[in-house]
Amino acid sequence: MQRIFGIISEKAKQLLSDGTCDRMIGWKRGEFFYDPTPAVFSGAGDLEDFVYDGFCGSNLSKYLIQQSAKEGKILALLKPCDTYSLNQLVKEHRVRRENVYVLGVECRGMLDIDKIRALGVKGIQSIEENGDQLTVHTLYGDKTIERSEVLLEKCRCCKSKEFATQDDLAVTGEPMPEAPADRFDMVKKLEAMTPDERFAFWRSELSKCIRCNACRNVCPACSCVKCVFDNDASGVASKANTDTFEENMFHIIRAFHVAGRCTDCGECSRVCPQHIPLHLLNRKFIKDINEFYGEYQAGADTESRGPLTDYTTDDVEPSVVMQRGGGK
Amino acid sequence: MLKLAIDRLPELFAGLAENRALYLPTEQAGQVEYGPWTPEAKVRLDALNTVKSAKDLFFPQSENLMAFKTQGKNISILDTRKEPQPFVIFGVRACDAASFDILDRVFLAEPVDSYYAARREQGTVITRACFEPEESCFCGVFGIDALHPAGDIATWETGGFLYWDSLTDKGAALTESVSGLFDPADSNELAAAIDRAKAIFEKLPLHDLSLNGFDGDATARLFDSPKWQELSQSCIGCGTCTFVCPTCQCYDIRDYDTGHGIQRFRCWDSCMYSDFTKMAHGNPRTTQLERFRQRFMHKLVYFPANNDGAYSCVGCGRCLTKCPISMNIVKVIKTLGVKEDV
Amino acid sequence: MSLETQKKEFKPLIVAFCCNWCSYAGADLAGTSRLSYPATVKVIRVPCSCRVNPLFVLRAFQRGADGVIIAGCHPGDCHYTTGNYYARRRMTLLFSMLDYLGIERERTRVEWISAAEGVKFSTTMNEFAQTIQALGENKRLEDLRCKESLE
Repeated sequence: MQRIFGIISEKAKQLLSDGTCDRMIGWKRGEFFYDPTPAVFSGAGDLEDFVYDGFCGSNLSKYLIQQSAKEGKILALLKPCDTYSLNQLVKEHRVRRENVYVLGVECRGMLDIDKIRALGVKGIQSIEENGDQLTVHTLYGDKTIERSEVLLEKCRCCKSKEFATQDDLAVTGEPMPEAPADRFDMVKKLEAMTPDERFAFWRSELSKCIRCNACRNVCPACSCVKCVFDNDASGVASKANTDTFEENMFHIIRAFHVAGRCTDCGECSRVCPQHIPLHLLNRKFIKDINEFYGEYQAGADTESRGPLTDYTTDDVEPSVVMQRGGGK
Repeated sequence: MLKLAIDRLPELFAGLAENRALYLPTEQAGQVEYGPWTPEAKVRLDALNTVKSAKDLFFPQSENLMAFKTQGKNISILDTRKEPQPFVIFGVRACDAASFDILDRVFLAEPVDSYYAARREQGTVITRACFEPEESCFCGVFGIDALHPAGDIATWETGGFLYWDSLTDKGAALTESVSGLFDPADSNELAAAIDRAKAIFEKLPLHDLSLNGFDGDATARLFDSPKWQELSQSCIGCGTCTFVCPTCQCYDIRDYDTGHGIQRFRCWDSCMYSDFTKMAHGNPRTTQLERFRQRFMHKLVYFPANNDGAYSCVGCGRCLTKCPISMNIVKVIKTLGVKEDV
Repeated sequence: MSLETQKKEFKPLIVAFCCNWCSYAGADLAGTSRLSYPATVKVIRVPCSCRVNPLFVLRAFQRGADGVIIAGCHPGDCHYTTGNYYARRRMTLLFSMLDYLGIERERTRVEWISAAEGVKFSTTMNEFAQTIQALGENKRLEDLRCKESLE
């Protein structure tokens, strides 16, 4: 991680001082080692607190909606998966690509501090990375864990090491580790359950929702100026789930509104304070779209029509749902 | 002081739940929240922080206030309140217990909030000392002693025993109802464990966080600080910090048309939301910077100014671990505080 | 049958979103041809089947529907040329998602009914109402506030 940080810092300093870019969006050192905050840096002399390490999981693409509307050019540090989100936003005319300079930054897979905590590690003070192993120093002693066990969900099923768009790259050239899991594993498992089991699974998950809207607000595809759930006139606006129906409705509609546009960047699940596996809703749509209408990766390009703004005359009928597998 | 062997906890819970509801930290789909005790419940007393704080039991995220029914030109108001029932919360940490005092200042001041007051009246709080704090804990900064929590009854778990000490009359009455389970104990039995834990508390990275500069008169200095811009710039405007916070007390009142009447309910609101305190003319705080500033100014400046210097933060650390962009009250305090004179 | 059991007898509520140009006219034809369909089917006229937002379907369930059917022009015959093609994709994904959440897949349906198909309208509605009758009340996507009396 130290090496890639050096490469990025060098490039950033260069781009900010030679006039290519006016400011940079990246990550700023936090209070602890694991809580960097997305931040805009005003110039080459402002990079003192800049960091890039295993905890920079957040996707900075959505900030570019506002940032690219400002004067001058912004240097954006984007990991491979983040570039898909940017492309999708460019396609939807939400980001002015000409005002963004994308520095693609290499990513080995980002770590999830909550997964580390879930292993029973308390009072975390620092972490040492030794290849595939992590040594966690805590107030209560040291612990060694496998890196692959504590990856963010999106990294566990990494969808791409390729950059969908970039103006320059910051890479070490070292081989990147393979993603340990298939992203549709859990969707398939749910599909194979009986409806009663699926209902029980989702009730148990969705009833945890506190309606904080973090999943919506962080989502690069959720870029409406006024969300239907904030619009009093829509009849569905609410600040709390006052009935189980609202838990279901909010999450079905949230996922539906980004269907065909969701790049599977995994931010919704990363930020959920209740760890609801929201990506399983998005991935269900992605899997269905792939099966019904052909393989599609949102954000892979900036021109193609999205699956829900397109059709063919011989598409499957909605009754296909009745004939599909899964318990009955 | 009394004590009980840990393996007899289920008996204690059954005893407490006999004539009243018992809430305690339980696990659901991998997350720990206060939930009703049943013999099958997955009790997680080891969890330090529940996701939502214990305030949910006195000031629930949403609750019905009343209902309306119209017939022709007549409108009738229906009282939908249920007769308040006694309940017990077990396993409350010192920070959450301290948050009740802050909520009391808001809801029990005139005019008294009768919904909240009824629950406070009926609820008995059993707290639990923290022997293994997290690095994100900083309750000590606000004068809270996690090893001697407040509440109606305080408990300590160490050496295979649960130690039990009634602190109020309400606590003593509850103790009476389960007294058959306990053996007498001496508070000296706890001394070693408390000393060990004290050493850990002193090692916590935030134990020496300074609140210098945040007094009742700081409004003028802080309100126009240019630093709010960099602090708030990446806030996504979600309500996570507010909803996991044990001291946030803002709510919204809304009407829901059920098709056969109107249900009036209140629910937690968040100052981070774009429609917070929205009025006929629109929203008084039009940018995220203003909303962000409101939250922290309220906790660190306005609230103490109106409440004898009491901060509206108990240092539970929930916002530190839950904020999607890792911006939190500690970063705000460190950025805007004044260095103490050496 | 006692009064008590009569009161509790389940009568499904079915919401039928019908496109103005084909299915709604089909319902008209069913009427003028004196073909019957259950009174529990409540028709909501929409300009095109693609006007049906997924929220409409969910809101119908919230407000007490036990089944929701969307009826539009046959593919290729849309008054707006392509509207029903988009509706077809949307509803396929929505229904699949509802099924994924464990909600009975029989409760939602899309049918293509032209203005000349009064018989199809009638048989479709009768058959759908029977399916829902057999399935029972919608419990999994209900809003209790809309069901309970306020007292």
